[in-house]
Amino acid sequence: MASNGKNNGKAKANGQWVGKRFKRKEDPRLVRGISHYTDDIKLPRLVHCVFVRSPHAHARIASINTEAARSQPGVLTVITSADIEGLGMIPCAMQMPDLKIPAHPALAKGRVRYVGEPVAVVVAEDAYTARDAAEMVAVDYEPLPVVLDIEKALQKESALIYQDFGTNKAFTHAMKSGDIEAAYKKADRVVKVRLINQRVAPTAMEPRSVVAEYLPGENRLTIWASTQIPHLLRTQVAIMVGLPEPAVRVIAPEVGGGFGSKLNVYAEDGVVPWLSMKLARPVKWTETRRESLMVTIHGRDTINYLELALKKDGTILGLRAKVLADMGAYHQLLTPLIPQLTALMLPGCYKIPAFDCEIVGVFTNKMSTDAYRGAGRPEAAYDIERIMDCAARELNLDAAKFRSKNFPQPREFPFTTAAGLLYDSANYQQSLKRALQLAGYDKLRARQKAGWKQGKYYGVGVSTYVEICAIGPSAATPAGGWESATVRIEPTGKVTVLTGASPHGQGQETTFAQLVADQLGINPDDITIIHGDTLAVPYGIGTFGSRGTAVGGTAVYYAVEKLKIKIAALAAHLLGAKPADIVIAHGRVGVKGNAKKSMPWGEIILAAYTARSIPAGFEPGMEATHFFEPSNFTFPFGTHICAVEVDPETGEIKIEKYVAVDDCGNVINPMLVDGQVQGGIAQGLSQALYEEMVYNEDGQPITGSLMDYAVPKAAHIPEFILDRTVTPTPVNPMGVKGVGEAGTIASTPCMVNAVCDALSPLGITNIDMPLKPERVWRAIAAAQAAVPPPAATTAKSARTARRTA
Amino acid sequence: MIPASFDYESPKTLNEAITLLASREDAKLLAGGHSLLPAMKLRLASPALLIDLGRIGGLDYIRDSGETISIGALATHAAVAASRLLLASSPLLAQAACNIGDIQVRNRGTIGGSLAQAHPSADYPAAILALDANIVATSQSGERVIPAHSFFTGMFTTALRPDEIITEIRVPKTAGSGTVYKKFHHPASGYAVVGVAAVVRGATGKIDDVAIGITGVAEVAYRATAVEDALRGKPASAIAEAAKHAADKVEALGDNYASGDYRRHLAQVYTRRALQEALSSKRK
Ligand SMILES: Cc1cc2nc3c(=O)[nH]c(=O)nc-3n(C[C@H](O)[C@H](O)[C@H](O)COP(=O)(O)OP(=O)(O)OC[C@H]3O[C@@H](n4cnc5c(N)ncnc54)[C@H](O)[C@@H]3O)c2cc1C
Repeated sequence: MASNGKNNGKAKANGQWVGKRFKRKEDPRLVRGISHYTDDIKLPRLVHCVFVRSPHAHARIASINTEAARSQPGVLTVITSADIEGLGMIPCAMQMPDLKIPAHPALAKGRVRYVGEPVAVVVAEDAYTARDAAEMVAVDYEPLPVVLDIEKALQKESALIYQDFGTNKAFTHAMKSGDIEAAYKKADRVVKVRLINQRVAPTAMEPRSVVAEYLPGENRLTIWASTQIPHLLRTQVAIMVGLPEPAVRVIAPEVGGGFGSKLNVYAEDGVVPWLSMKLARPVKWTETRRESLMVTIHGRDTINYLELALKKDGTILGLRAKVLADMGAYHQLLTPLIPQLTALMLPGCYKIPAFDCEIVGVFTNKMSTDAYRGAGRPEAAYDIERIMDCAARELNLDAAKFRSKNFPQPREFPFTTAAGLLYDSANYQQSLKRALQLAGYDKLRARQKAGWKQGKYYGVGVSTYVEICAIGPSAATPAGGWESATVRIEPTGKVTVLTGASPHGQGQETTFAQLVADQLGINPDDITIIHGDTLAVPYGIGTFGSRGTAVGGTAVYYAVEKLKIKIAALAAHLLGAKPADIVIAHGRVGVKGNAKKSMPWGEIILAAYTARSIPAGFEPGMEATHFFEPSNFTFPFGTHICAVEVDPETGEIKIEKYVAVDDCGNVINPMLVDGQVQGGIAQGLSQALYEEMVYNEDGQPITGSLMDYAVPKAAHIPEFILDRTVTPTPVNPMGVKGVGEAGTIASTPCMVNAVCDALSPLGITNIDMPLKPERVWRAIAAAQAAVPPPAATTAKSARTARRTA
Repeated sequence: MIPASFDYESPKTLNEAITLLASREDAKLLAGGHSLLPAMKLRLASPALLIDLGRIGGLDYIRDSGETISIGALATHAAVAASRLLLASSPLLAQAACNIGDIQVRNRGTIGGSLAQAHPSADYPAAILALDANIVATSQSGERVIPAHSFFTGMFTTALRPDEIITEIRVPKTAGSGTVYKKFHHPASGYAVVGVAAVVRGATGKIDDVAIGITGVAEVAYRATAVEDALRGKPASAIAEAAKHAADKVEALGDNYASGDYRRHLAQVYTRRALQEALSSKRK
């Protein structure tokens, strides 16, 4: 099993395949559009359903009339909550002492609590009929007061979403270490900032989709779903619909992205199978983009009060934080967990002697929040990296030097943080140094100073992030943090890898093949990775939390190691040697130091199946399973630097340079790591600059289409300068950490730091995201009105300013 | 994203199309479909009959007609953007076209469709106004030439009658003038938060004549006549002051992305920059 101490070095960082820029095996079928997503599943007698959704954020349902819809030709049934009494609640996997978990029926019962909440479902022979009939479902609503603002929601006079709870507070959670009072007493300066981490929509390229087929004769339910967690979904749906778990099979075909939003169990996931059971026909539902923006979970949405106690020289003495997190109206699978990850990662990559953090979860009349790329850690990185910048400015210290001063030294690892986590390994100094070099930091600073004199606003943003990956040890997760793998070498010598991870864009069909190829001395093309089918794959946890390779890959690694022992035993028997002397390499199995004694790969594997000559006690066949339980999380880190120019007249932001130096431990495929980093940065920058899920005062989502909700296009994203440092983790034998979320976590504060840095001569310390040009322009205008700038925007007044300065 | 049901006709000639259009009140013309189809999928529009203009041949030309260039209503944004003829003798329209949407939108969307749609943030209207172009509408009663300044009547509304089809757009040549289209793109839709189209004629340092069309600010694109009046016959140095009048007497629209005040401000800044650029581009 995994060691706690040093990298045990069993797998080399680089092999014949591991470490190579090997092209993705997935891509030929994907780029040609010949592969199959859930919505591509077509079955005989398939029927379609459309959900009727609440147009109100909060209302009592007085009556529902489904008669007109029901009587349409082609309509099979129309159901409401009254029809699904037997269907279980939508699950929340979290348990905490004072956590309030509201009942969460799949179809609203008596009340609706957010716009888009499903109220009824129309099932018809075709999607067109279902859509038309859905408009005929008449629901009589009596609107109730709407709760939207999480700070107001906590005030006494606020309306309540759940009368029974007597409060809109979902939970409070405190985390403390060190003596915060003493830290404040010793401090020369306490820097304070209030930050808003706005609500964003995950916007996977493929919206959610569910197809369910129940065969009454066999009592078998098959569900195709666009999900990141096929096994967990199977368990939950089996419970919801009341079938024994072995009767349910979940298949995740191609999944077009998830970003955490498909790490969930939604109303539709329960209702569609239930309908198939009732109708004994296969049923399909595919989300529209409007629905996706409205009723697939959202991410972030926190208000953060931060205080950093410091000595004059920049030594951090303490961090105090209060995080208010918007839960939305109900808990989805992990809703209350996300802000706790924020608390855990708030100390960032710094030595913080005293830490005092309170988190409050709040119900509002909006869609639930839950895991979105980074899930709680981007919020933490944003908080700590933003306040680090504010502190550097107040103390008149360089942003990079100030950070470096508070880093733990490489020899201090494993390092226990103020939040009680044990960081596995790091060298923060090294990645910072490399990033500063690549960015030409000193030159950027010099240009910035010169620019100010000419009324030019250049800014440099630095973010030295650390994040928590490879989720995770089971003790720290709600539903098991291990991963499974079965590796089978077939009689032809070709290898089947069954993984419990459920890649949906990450590329593990490629990286796992590289890994196994090196372990067995064969070609990656002879290895097939199977995932996302509960009937084929042993129980697994799935892909999220940057765990696919570090946890899932490690399970594969150990399963292969088991097979190598078996191959060695058989080969020793057949070649007349000791198992310890058997070498498996280059498509052959041979004996160390005896070039003549060897067998081709295919022959030895076939011998395991024909089993005519096997050692005593040898089990025929060539298959091994491993369930890997990690001993700790892993903690990738790095430094991102961004250079911007802000147009003071319009507030427009030009990104001039973006440098990312990431450390995710050993790298299996640099090309795929680059891809993850690039996509991650794009998504993080997009939160900083563009994305925001906006509800109006009635709780109507007004960024409900991609014409309003801004996801970045290629032209919005600059070229990135990427590099890496390599600090392997001791947590798994491959020394890999995880990289799926790093870019998103690092880039958001980096961007905002850069813009605030550019505008610092105006006395601007914070602008809340997204940094829409109008917001920036208003901040500039307000600052200019308050204090005349040291350098104004025209050459003439710049001259005047210089004279008076 | 499923539209309500509708009938569909694809006439092969303009005459057939005109007859069909006159015969049904609930009919709508379909050109590139890049405004109409999204609206139908969201059920914001539910026409009972679609008359697809796509099968009518010979309506997508861009040709030299002496003083003017004539553009068939079905010319795509991509064709307008890439037209050598336009780029050589009346580039403003091409400059606007290459700023529309993304490649897919430019490959499908048509100039006739865009003008008929009269979206308050569309790009063409600013250029069409600045160029004093003419729009030719055809119906059973024949052809009617509508000057740009009386074509756009409000948000999504035009001077077109329900039985008329836009068949041609006539733009004057702008040899000797500098033209610029400057656009602030909405990050989601790609439409203009503000778009300024400028045509500037003048000798070095002096502005003889100027025309400015502005889109995105008000419910309909407009000519910035206050700026134009302040600049005719004036030196280039007058631009900065004149541009401050870019949104005078205009009721600016605001939305979640950009308020009316901000759009007004952008109109001023972009007008100044467009004029300065147009003047210098002309000198080259
Ligand atoms: C993602 C996206 C981004 C876009 N971005 C921009 C942008 O940045 N700038 C911009 O200006 N536009 C933008 N558009 C709109 C685009 O330019 C449309 O193509 C254009 O507005 C309509 O042209 P169409 O040919 O597609 O017309 P259609 O959608 O087919 O029709 C639009 C309307 O015009 C009518 N119509 C069509 N042709 C005629 C005719 N010849 N005579 C009379 N009536 C007619 C139709 O009945 C309909 O009412 C965007 C569209 C999309 C989908």
